[in-house]
Amino acid sequence: MRFYEFEAKALLGQAGVPVAKGGTATTSDEAARIAASVGGEVVLKSQVLSGGRMKAGGVKFAATPDEARAAAEHILKLEIGGQMPRCVLIDSKQPVKKEYYAGVIYDAVAKLPVAIFSDMGGIDIEEVAEKNPEHVARVHFSTFQPLQEFKFKELVASLGISGNELNQISRIIARLAKAFLTYGLTLAEINPLAQLEDGSFIALDSHCDMEEEAREQQSAVLDELGIGREETRLARPPTEFEIRGAEVDASDHRGVAGRVVEFDGNLGCVIGAGGGSLTIFDALRKHGGKPANYCEIGGNPSVKKTCELTKLILSKPGVEKICVIMNVVSNTRVDIVARGVIKGVIESGYDPAEKIAIFRIPGSWEEEGYKILEKFGVDYADRTVPMSEAARRAVEKVKA
Amino acid sequence: MSILVDENTTFIIQGITGREAVSMTRECLDYGAKVVAGVTPGRGGRDVHGVPVYDTVAEITAKQRVDASVLTVPPAAIRDAAFEAIENGVKLLVIVTERIPRLEVAQIVELANRYGARLIGPNCLGVMSPGKTRVGGMGGSAVAARKAYQPGPIGIMSRSGGMTTEIANALTASGLGQSTAVSIGGDAIVGSTYAELMPLFEADPETKAIVIYSEPGGPMEAQLAKYVKEQKSRLPVVAFMAGRFMDEMPGMRFGHAGTIVEGKADTTSEKIARMKDAGISVAEEIAEIPGIVKQRLAEAGSR
Amino acid sequence: MTQASGSGMFIRVEVDEPVASDAAAAKQLAGVCPVDIFEASESGVTIVDKNLDECILCGLCLAVGPAGAVRVAKLYDAGALLVAAV
Repeated sequence: MRFYEFEAKALLGQAGVPVAKGGTATTSDEAARIAASVGGEVVLKSQVLSGGRMKAGGVKFAATPDEARAAAEHILKLEIGGQMPRCVLIDSKQPVKKEYYAGVIYDAVAKLPVAIFSDMGGIDIEEVAEKNPEHVARVHFSTFQPLQEFKFKELVASLGISGNELNQISRIIARLAKAFLTYGLTLAEINPLAQLEDGSFIALDSHCDMEEEAREQQSAVLDELGIGREETRLARPPTEFEIRGAEVDASDHRGVAGRVVEFDGNLGCVIGAGGGSLTIFDALRKHGGKPANYCEIGGNPSVKKTCELTKLILSKPGVEKICVIMNVVSNTRVDIVARGVIKGVIESGYDPAEKIAIFRIPGSWEEEGYKILEKFGVDYADRTVPMSEAARRAVEKVKA
Repeated sequence: MSILVDENTTFIIQGITGREAVSMTRECLDYGAKVVAGVTPGRGGRDVHGVPVYDTVAEITAKQRVDASVLTVPPAAIRDAAFEAIENGVKLLVIVTERIPRLEVAQIVELANRYGARLIGPNCLGVMSPGKTRVGGMGGSAVAARKAYQPGPIGIMSRSGGMTTEIANALTASGLGQSTAVSIGGDAIVGSTYAELMPLFEADPETKAIVIYSEPGGPMEAQLAKYVKEQKSRLPVVAFMAGRFMDEMPGMRFGHAGTIVEGKADTTSEKIARMKDAGISVAEEIAEIPGIVKQRLAEAGSR
Repeated sequence: MTQASGSGMFIRVEVDEPVASDAAAAKQLAGVCPVDIFEASESGVTIVDKNLDECILCGLCLAVGPAGAVRVAKLYDAGALLVAAV
């Protein structure tokens, strides 16, 4: 889950990272008031989750509250990367002498957090790493607190920085690292970390990401920031269909019928599990199929849950048939899924033999499952039929 | 031979009284695995399918050898349970639990490293050494597991527990058994990556080839490609890459927690390119895997 | 004589006397069923129709009361009765 800049600013500010004076506004009048209270020249930044807001005209400068009002008026109406801004951030504009970069992420190879520092800030760090690798330094640090702050001193010193700068920068990186660990973040980044004309340092823009898995533990912080549980913060907001899919999943604790994602096609997918769904989705597309949705069933969901998911998919306009495909299952039971799907089809007013293009789930309790499928005349495939062949057959049937 | 586990491996199940753990205990016992005890704090003194339940790991390790632990406790309790196993000298941890925050996984790995313990998972189904033992729920019931897994020369490593069995099933159907199958887990950070397990397979004379199941997200495939290239591995590697459609949808979450395209290097196309460059064969479909493995084995044999 | 029964789309459950109106047996049934098909009260057991199709064929209910008093039938298999696991 990506945080908006103003949220990241609040998080890092709480952790002791110096940030600019300012506030957020959702109306132009409010923006003018904030500009007046900040005083002097301000920068107004559109609060969207997508990048490229500078290029899109989402960042403007204003010398007076009136200019700020006009700038906010423009920014608040401006769509960037398909998103309307959540609000506009008004920050005091600072006289910058030099820009640095500081970030913390996980290194999945070392399995440790890694702090990254560069004396070339303000631009994409990946680009710097590629073109000027000698300007990028990294240090791994322990996940156990208290932090070993000397590591961040070594990090900054490795780029030839000494004196007051060394102490100031490494202290900020230590606070960034602390925020990273304390708030369960997967990315904490300050870019640029600016040195001002007076020699002090300030975070001028920051990014933070939190993974889904940490949200429960961090609920106090999220509540404080006003981020509701329903906010997925993915690349696009959830559709009505996806919200209903999540409701089906949450309705019952037994098993998973989750990660329902809507697509435009005519072939409904009751597929699973994590890896199986990815494999099946690729296969359906490879054979020219047009999936109506993505989903992941697993963990032996209840009959009711699979039934409700099936009904949801069949209620989507344009869905002609559904395919039910999984890898050879271990803990999910073939008979339980078969019951759920058939029930869902019948309760939607259709004939399972006609509506289910193919059922290919071999594995646990398959003998019992095949009896159910035979009884309802459903076309099914056993473990001798590869997943992609089952996908091909399903696509053929929808085309016919 | 096998890697990580064999017929003599004794293990405990932490969280043994949970719904899924009870079935897993039955499945492991039926397969002939040496489940010596279980742990659920507060439930000591009971038994699950004849396996004694204790309140703490220490009570068990004080009395007998414990080679491994399978952990299936809820996310809120997993870190402490893992610490408990590590501090009590268990050298192989298999964490089945999913939805563990990345920070906690990193902490578990860090402590395991200090104690010389190895972690498989989290978010995995465990380790299967066909005909010898299974540590975890991979393959389901003993009957189902015997249908899908047979002893033989192929090592499997997979980021998906379910797909591990799907691949084993395809190999078994074409007469290729498995030395050991490892469900390495679907999270962004896992205790043992492909490249870290490769030396174990290299050292196992029975293993003749490797099959991996891979996904978008993370540096694990690039790390394997580097390993294969630099170490001049004796083992031919065949990979299957799922989630190709995700390249077109950066920032959307599908599949496992570790499966999210965040940058250029973690797309499927980039990973496939790197693996091919290292001499790893990339199968377009699961059904192609046995054929490619046989071809690579024949090539290796004629060298 | 069948005293409590219910049919779903896939599963039918029947409980004969004297088990059906025995409060203790009802409590036992409600306790063993992992998917809550049985509801116990002072006057005996009632079948929770909406949960019938959740039956996982574990057979734990078959052991309550004398043999044959509790029956689970698979409607998708010509009404074949579930046999208790040994």
